Amino acid sequence: MAEVSIRDVRKAFGTTQILHGVSVEVADGEFAVLVGPSGCGKSTLLRMIAGLENVGRGEIAIGGRVVNNVAPKERDIAMVLQNYALYPHMTVRDNMAFSLTLANAPKAVQEQKVSRAAEILGLGSLLDRYPRQLSGGQRQRVAMGRAIVRDPQVFLFDEPLSNLDAKLRVQMRGEIKDLHQRLRTTTIYVTHDQIEAMTMADKIVVMQGGRVEQIGAPLDLYDRPANLFVAGFIGSPSMNFLKGTVQNGAFRFGDMMLPLPPGPGGSDGMAVTYGVRPEHWRLDDAGVASIVRLVEPTGSETQVVAEIGGQRVICAFRERVSARPGETLHISPDVMHTHLFDPSSGMRMA
Amino acid sequence: MSDAVRDQLSEAEGPQTMAWDSKARRLITIYLPLACFLLILLFPFYWMTITAFKPNSELLDYKNNNPFWVSSPTLDNIRKLLFDTQYPRWLVTTMGVAFGATFISLFSSVLAAYAIQRLRFKGSKWVGLGIYLAYLVPPSILFIPLASVVYSMGLFDSPWALVLTYPTFLIPFCTWLLIGYFKSIPYELEECALIDGASRLQILRRITLPLAVPGLISAGIFAFTLSWNEFIYALAFISSSEKKTVPVAILTELVQGDVYQWGSLMAGALLGSLPVAIFYSFFVEYYVSSLTGAVKE
Amino acid sequence: MSGAETISWTPVRKAPSPLARLFDSKPFLIAICLLPAFGLLAVFLTYPLGLGIYLSFTDTKLGRPGVWVGLENFQYLLEDRVFLNAVWFTVFYTAVATVLKFALGLWLALLLNENLPIKSLIRAVILLPWITPTVLSAIAFWWIYDPQFSIVSYVLVDKLHILSSYIDFLGTPWHARWSLIVANVWRGIPFVAISLLAGLQTISPSLYEAAMLDGASSWQRFRKVTVPLLMPILAVVLTFSVLFTFADFQLVYAITRGGPINSTHLMATLAFQRGIPGAALGEGAAIAVSMIPFLILATLFSYFAIGQRKWQQGGSDE
Ligand SMILES: Nc1ncnc2c1ncn2[C@@H]1O[C@H](COP(=O)(O)OP(=O)(O)OP(=O)(O)O)[C@@H](O)[C@H]1O
Ligand SMILES: [Mg+2]
Repeated sequence: MAEVSIRDVRKAFGTTQILHGVSVEVADGEFAVLVGPSGCGKSTLLRMIAGLENVGRGEIAIGGRVVNNVAPKERDIAMVLQNYALYPHMTVRDNMAFSLTLANAPKAVQEQKVSRAAEILGLGSLLDRYPRQLSGGQRQRVAMGRAIVRDPQVFLFDEPLSNLDAKLRVQMRGEIKDLHQRLRTTTIYVTHDQIEAMTMADKIVVMQGGRVEQIGAPLDLYDRPANLFVAGFIGSPSMNFLKGTVQNGAFRFGDMMLPLPPGPGGSDGMAVTYGVRPEHWRLDDAGVASIVRLVEPTGSETQVVAEIGGQRVICAFRERVSARPGETLHISPDVMHTHLFDPSSGMRMA
Repeated sequence: MSDAVRDQLSEAEGPQTMAWDSKARRLITIYLPLACFLLILLFPFYWMTITAFKPNSELLDYKNNNPFWVSSPTLDNIRKLLFDTQYPRWLVTTMGVAFGATFISLFSSVLAAYAIQRLRFKGSKWVGLGIYLAYLVPPSILFIPLASVVYSMGLFDSPWALVLTYPTFLIPFCTWLLIGYFKSIPYELEECALIDGASRLQILRRITLPLAVPGLISAGIFAFTLSWNEFIYALAFISSSEKKTVPVAILTELVQGDVYQWGSLMAGALLGSLPVAIFYSFFVEYYVSSLTGAVKE
Repeated sequence: MSGAETISWTPVRKAPSPLARLFDSKPFLIAICLLPAFGLLAVFLTYPLGLGIYLSFTDTKLGRPGVWVGLENFQYLLEDRVFLNAVWFTVFYTAVATVLKFALGLWLALLLNENLPIKSLIRAVILLPWITPTVLSAIAFWWIYDPQFSIVSYVLVDKLHILSSYIDFLGTPWHARWSLIVANVWRGIPFVAISLLAGLQTISPSLYEAAMLDGASSWQRFRKVTVPLLMPILAVVLTFSVLFTFADFQLVYAITRGGPINSTHLMATLAFQRGIPGAALGEGAAIAVSMIPFLILATLFSYFAIGQRKWQQGGSDE
């Protein structure tokens, strides 16, 4: 096992710059998730760690060894791809044993490692099947099995769950996490699904447009997003943003006022963006007036789309709300959980 | 899919098979012309076969015999061909040349196609285009200078001349075909193998080639057939009778004097076509797929 | 965790041998992979092509190196009635045979695209003329064209009484020319038909349905749906067909050898006759080289047809 250091890595395809200096430290045994919208360069970064793309500039080190010029097979990593890339002409057993046969491992060792991986993943009865005879979830497991038998220093996953249906995705999510808890192998996992990131990661790396926006533990990102992008990206439904100004120690928009979060607020008259997560609105007769536009009860909570001073907000209430579209609802934010951003730079103020 | 289901499906999708399309109409617009096509396309083979079994008396007498049938079939023509000529020799030479040329071409084409399609380098597109252009150079503009090349290499009148020159038209075809097959193999498989610890050559041998087997078979049988049927090089580069290939030998060795021995000529044509026809019947699907694959590329 | 590890094994990470390193370096591998194909093509295709062009400017004879004579061969050929006739016949042969092959081949492809009972068998059988050695089927045609015992004449004269005397298929120039064209068309139809059939099968039936709903007649469907969608593949097949018909050798060599009185020489057969048995390599090469401009025209046509394919791709696959 090993730690992975990515130091100021840059990459361009032709003249288009894809990564603009990315630095990430992944500690030994950590489960790190790279998350970001489609096309932000996650796969590219992962492929560079695997050695499938040249590192343009910067350095990648695995276990203290700089691997920029090391061939993939000598990096001691294993990778699971989105479409699994199982060798179609080999049985499950041969698929899993392939890397071992290439390394000239004795037959007995191959047997032992394959059956151990099969046992961990519950693939025992499928060893003699061909990939085309497996279901999506089973293929996914074989791909993981292929990675496990190698006892690599680092596991790399590139959106391994995106080809599965919703239910199976949740199940496999649990299995991967469980696997990581057992094997404690350093893992770098790419996804564009923030729920996957939140539930699985020890550390989340949020990327956008080839840059790292924020690195941190899931709840840190949730509680203290560093900027507007992370605030909007993490959490579902996403955070409400209200545009207004600071006035007399409060947030003013239109003719309404909301309390500022504790901490260094802006100076009077400064334009700010005020952020409240849907679940941090409360029904409060003393709160601001909002006009209900849509009510969506999900059973466990009620989502209300409302308008305050001409700006749309989404609220999620634990209690049942019987409001109708067009009615007025008085709500107020939970001050301890509000956020303030500088709209020009997008950075967090408080 | 069972035939019944498939029929139903095509019934549903074929616009020409609507209810108003009566049976009689189909008979005249489809089956009748199709039958004519089949008749015309196959008649020369029938005629070739029937002539090969006719005794001379029947062959040249249409008054007293029905020319479309043999009343007293004879194996004379075939026997003469097999025992009085060097047909077995020609057959062996042709086989050897076809196998040799096919082997060399397949070997070179697999490597070239792998480099062009899988190793991908700057200019691999142009190399691919170059190979395509090579396919468009017909042997009939090459045989004269080639004859002098072959002569200066001391290969004149040797089957090696054919084994080495046939790849000029086989390699472009096979490479083109294989590029298409390699294209259909996902890159991820190779990348996975790369991480699994395979070298490039191991990837070629253990991942790419096994997955391209249908393409290899198509290219192989095609190359074999084209070599078997080749005429102009074999005619130009080989002069001694016993080293000739079947197509050339039948035409040049069996046609002597002014009175043509049609019976034995037809027996020669029949026996010369039969090996490829049999070979063909085993691999029809591969022929069709490679023919259409090559055109679609 | 699973049971105790009974066997321990650590992969030996020995430094790869220099040879293995060499074979893993991409530039080297690319070079080594392209070498056999390019070596063979360079020695037996590119070089002879250049040599052929050079020879056409010399008076080389078989077994005797020649000297540079400039355009003499071509000047001589331009006044040679046999050569001019061969050029003319080659163009005529190609044009007429191609038109016929495509008209009939397209028709056959459309018939095969119907939903037929034993389609794959029919398709297999139809390819036979194309798969058998051309010379050998040419010999069969030679026999069919026999002046005294032609089965065609027999049917037309003795059975159907349409004609009064046997046709001398190969005896007069025009009869011989048409006889050759028929044999070439016979051999070429399967290739055209099966290729076009493959193209037809990529056209989605829903397009026809849409056209039918728009009220198109079957002729309109053919004109407005089938032909445009088939155009790209048609162009490619056409190029191949033109190219190989233009460079044809076998049929003519086997059936007429250019006779009667040199009226059916193609450029390829004339080049052979002058170059190999006639031993005038330089002159033969000049004839072969004269074919190149025509071939380039056909190739350029193919290039643009394939370029055109790019934007036409978009239909469903199968
Ligand atoms: N080989 C390549 N050549 C040129 N551009 C490329 C190449 N590979 C990727 N790109 C570009 O690099 C950018 C980042 O691609 P990448 O695959 O890393 O995105 P991603 O974050 O993994 O997105 P997704 O979530 O859709 O998988 C994209 O804009 C893509 O178009
Ligand atoms: Mg990706």
